[in-house]
Amino acid sequence: MATRRGIFFSGSPGNPLARVHPAALLAGVFLLAYPAFATDFFTFQIGAYSLILGTVALSLMMLAGYGGMVSLAQLTVAGFAGYLVAILGDNSVGVMGLGWPWWVTVPTAILAAAVFATLIGLISVRTEGIYTIMITLAIAVAFFYFVRQNYDLFNGFTGFAGIEPPTLFGLYWRDPAPFYYLSLAVAGFFFFAVIYCARSTFGLSLQAIRDNPRRMRAIGFDVTLHRVAAYFFSGVIAGSAGVLLVWFNGRISPGSVGVDVAIDILVIAVVGGLRHPVGPFVGALAFVLLENFAIDLIDRERFNTVIGLAFLLVVLFSPDGLLGLWNRVKDKLRFRRTAQLRPLEGGGAE
Amino acid sequence: MCATRGHPAPTGGDAVMRQFIERHSFWSLVIAVAAAVFLWLIFAVWPDWLQAGLGRKKTFVNTFLNGLTLGGLYFLVASGFTLVFGLMRNVNLAHGSMYLLGAYLGYEAAEATGNWFIGLAVAFLAIAVTGILLQMLIFRHMEGDDLRQTLVTIGISIIAADLMLAVWSGTTYQFTPPEWLFGAAELPVISAVRSSGDAVYIKYPIYRLTVLGVAVAVGIGLWLFLNRTRIGMMIRAGVNDREMLAATGVNVQLVFALVFAIGAGLAGFAGVVGGTALSIAPGEDIRYLLASLVVVIVGGLGSVTGAAIGALLIGLAEQFGLAYFPTYGVVLTFLIMVVVLAVRPQGIMGQG
Repeated sequence: MATRRGIFFSGSPGNPLARVHPAALLAGVFLLAYPAFATDFFTFQIGAYSLILGTVALSLMMLAGYGGMVSLAQLTVAGFAGYLVAILGDNSVGVMGLGWPWWVTVPTAILAAAVFATLIGLISVRTEGIYTIMITLAIAVAFFYFVRQNYDLFNGFTGFAGIEPPTLFGLYWRDPAPFYYLSLAVAGFFFFAVIYCARSTFGLSLQAIRDNPRRMRAIGFDVTLHRVAAYFFSGVIAGSAGVLLVWFNGRISPGSVGVDVAIDILVIAVVGGLRHPVGPFVGALAFVLLENFAIDLIDRERFNTVIGLAFLLVVLFSPDGLLGLWNRVKDKLRFRRTAQLRPLEGGGAE
Repeated sequence: MCATRGHPAPTGGDAVMRQFIERHSFWSLVIAVAAAVFLWLIFAVWPDWLQAGLGRKKTFVNTFLNGLTLGGLYFLVASGFTLVFGLMRNVNLAHGSMYLLGAYLGYEAAEATGNWFIGLAVAFLAIAVTGILLQMLIFRHMEGDDLRQTLVTIGISIIAADLMLAVWSGTTYQFTPPEWLFGAAELPVISAVRSSGDAVYIKYPIYRLTVLGVAVAVGIGLWLFLNRTRIGMMIRAGVNDREMLAATGVNVQLVFALVFAIGAGLAGFAGVVGGTALSIAPGEDIRYLLASLVVVIVGGLGSVTGAAIGALLIGLAEQFGLAYFPTYGVVLTFLIMVVVLAVRPQGIMGQG
C-alpha cells in the first residue's frame, strides 16, 4: 500500500495542476476512500499522522524549496501553536487552561504561530544561507530549554495533557475516520495553496529571490519583505499542523518540540524532496511507516540510526530526495524504451 | 578572519584599542564604567543596601566565576567550530557529537589507564583523526555546496547520537581527575566580614580555575599559531581567498585536513575538560552545539577572537540568568543573540 501511494503521488510532479495526471486523480480517490478499507490503526496512526507531519514538512518545503531558506524552527512554530491550544483551551493538568471555546482558541493559536514565525523570519532574514539554518536551530533549541524551564506558562518538564478536539456536528473529532478526514482537508488545502502560491506573482518573485537576491533587489523588489511574508505563510501552515498534532497526541511537552523532532521534520522534507509540495508527504509516509514497522526489521532502539542513515544516503546520493530518485528512474526507463542507448549513470549526480 | 583585526594579545592589540577608543569614545566610556563597577562589585565588601538588593555577595562572585569558567569551556568548543567554518565555509553541526564522543573516548582511556591526562590526549587525537576522515571521505567531495555539507553533518550527528546511546547507554559518567586538581582555592576576594572583624574569603574549585586557564592558554596558542607560523599564515590566506592560495602552490586539501583536525580535536579535548567539570550524558551534544552556535553567531562566524568574546558573554549570561531569574534564564542568552543580529548581523567580530 505504501509503495502504491508513493508511486501514484510522485507521478505528478512534472505535470502542472492544469492537466490533472491520471495518477494524481487515482491518488486523490485513494486518499478519500482510504478509511473505508483501512483499519483504525492505519487510518489514525499511519494515515492521519503522515498527513500532519507532511503538513509541517510542507511549511519547511515551501520556505526551503521556493525561498531557499532552510528553517529548522518549523516544528517549534507548530509546537508553539500546540502549546497555545493547551494554554488557552482546556487541559487536564490544572495549569493554565483558560477554557476558551475552540473557535477562539484555534484561530488565535494559528495566528500567534504565524506571528511567531514572522518574528523568526525577521531575525533570520538579516543574514543569508547557512546562517539561517544556524539561527533557526538556535531558536528551536532555545525554545525547547525555555518551555522546559518555565513552569508558570508552559508547565515545564511535564507539559500539558488531556487536550481534546471539540465534539462538533455530533462527531467526536478524535475518532480515526473523522480525524483522518480533518487532517486530509487541512493537508489538501495547504497542498493546493502552496501549489497556487508557487505559481502566483508572489511565489515566482520568491523563487527568483532564491536564485538571485541581488538582481531582484536591483530590479526593485523588496527582498526582505518577500522573505518575511514567506515565513508568515509557512507559519500559518505549521501552526495549523501544530493544532492537529496536539489533538492527535492529546498532550504536549518539551519533548514534543525537542531538537531531534525538529530535525525529523527536516529529514522528512529532504528525504521526500524539496522540489515539489508532494515531497514532504512522501517523506512523511516513509518516515511514519519506518517508525512503526522498523521494529520488525531492526531493534526498535536503533530507529534513529536507520533514519539518520536514510537521510545521509539521500543527501549524499539523491539531493532531490525520493522524488528526484523516482524522476531519475523514470527518465532512465523512458530513455531505454525510446532509444536503445546505453543506460544513464545513476548515483551522485547533482 | 579576525587575524588582522583586534586581538586581546600583548602585541598589536595596543593600536587597535587606541583606534577603537578614538572612534567610539562614548562606548569606550560606557565599557570602562561598567568594568569599573564590576571590579568594585567583586573586590569591595558589600554595603547592606547592596546585599539587600542583589542577595549575598558570595552568590554573585560565584556566579561570576561560574560564568567565566563556562565561557572558557564554550570557547574551547566554539573555537574549533569557528575555525573550520572560517576556512571551509562548512557549518559542522556534528560538532556537538564530536564533543560528546571525545568525552566518552577520553573517559574510556582514562579508566583503562588510570591517567586522566592520557584520556585528554586520546580524546584530542581520536577526534582529530575522526575530523580528518570526515573531511577526506565526505566534505572534500562536495566542496562549495555549503547547504549539502551542513545537511550531511546533521545526518552524521543523528547517527552518532544514536550509536553513542547504544554503546554508552543513558548513564551519566564522571571523570576522576588527578588529586591535585581537586579541592578549592581561597581567592583574595572578601565575601563578608564577621562580627569579630575577620574577613571571610571566597573559595572556588581549583579545577574550574584550571578550565579557565586552559581556555586562555588555548586561545593564546591559537592566536600565536595563526599569526606567527607559516601554516597559520596559509590558513589566514585560505580564509581570505581559497583559490589564490591554491594557485600559489599550497596543497589546500592538506591545510583543510589540518584545520579540520585541529577544530575537531579541540572539540574532543573540550569534551574531557567539560566532562570533568560537569558530567557526560546523552544530550550534552545538543547543549554544546547550541552553545557553539550562539557563541559564533554572537561573536561572528570565522573569528577566533569573536568566539572568545561570544563565549564570555554567553557563559556569563547563562550563569547569571540561572542564578537570578531561573525560569527565564534561556531568554537572556537568546536576547543577546537577537540584539547582536539586529545591530550587527555578521556578529561582533564578523566581517561582511
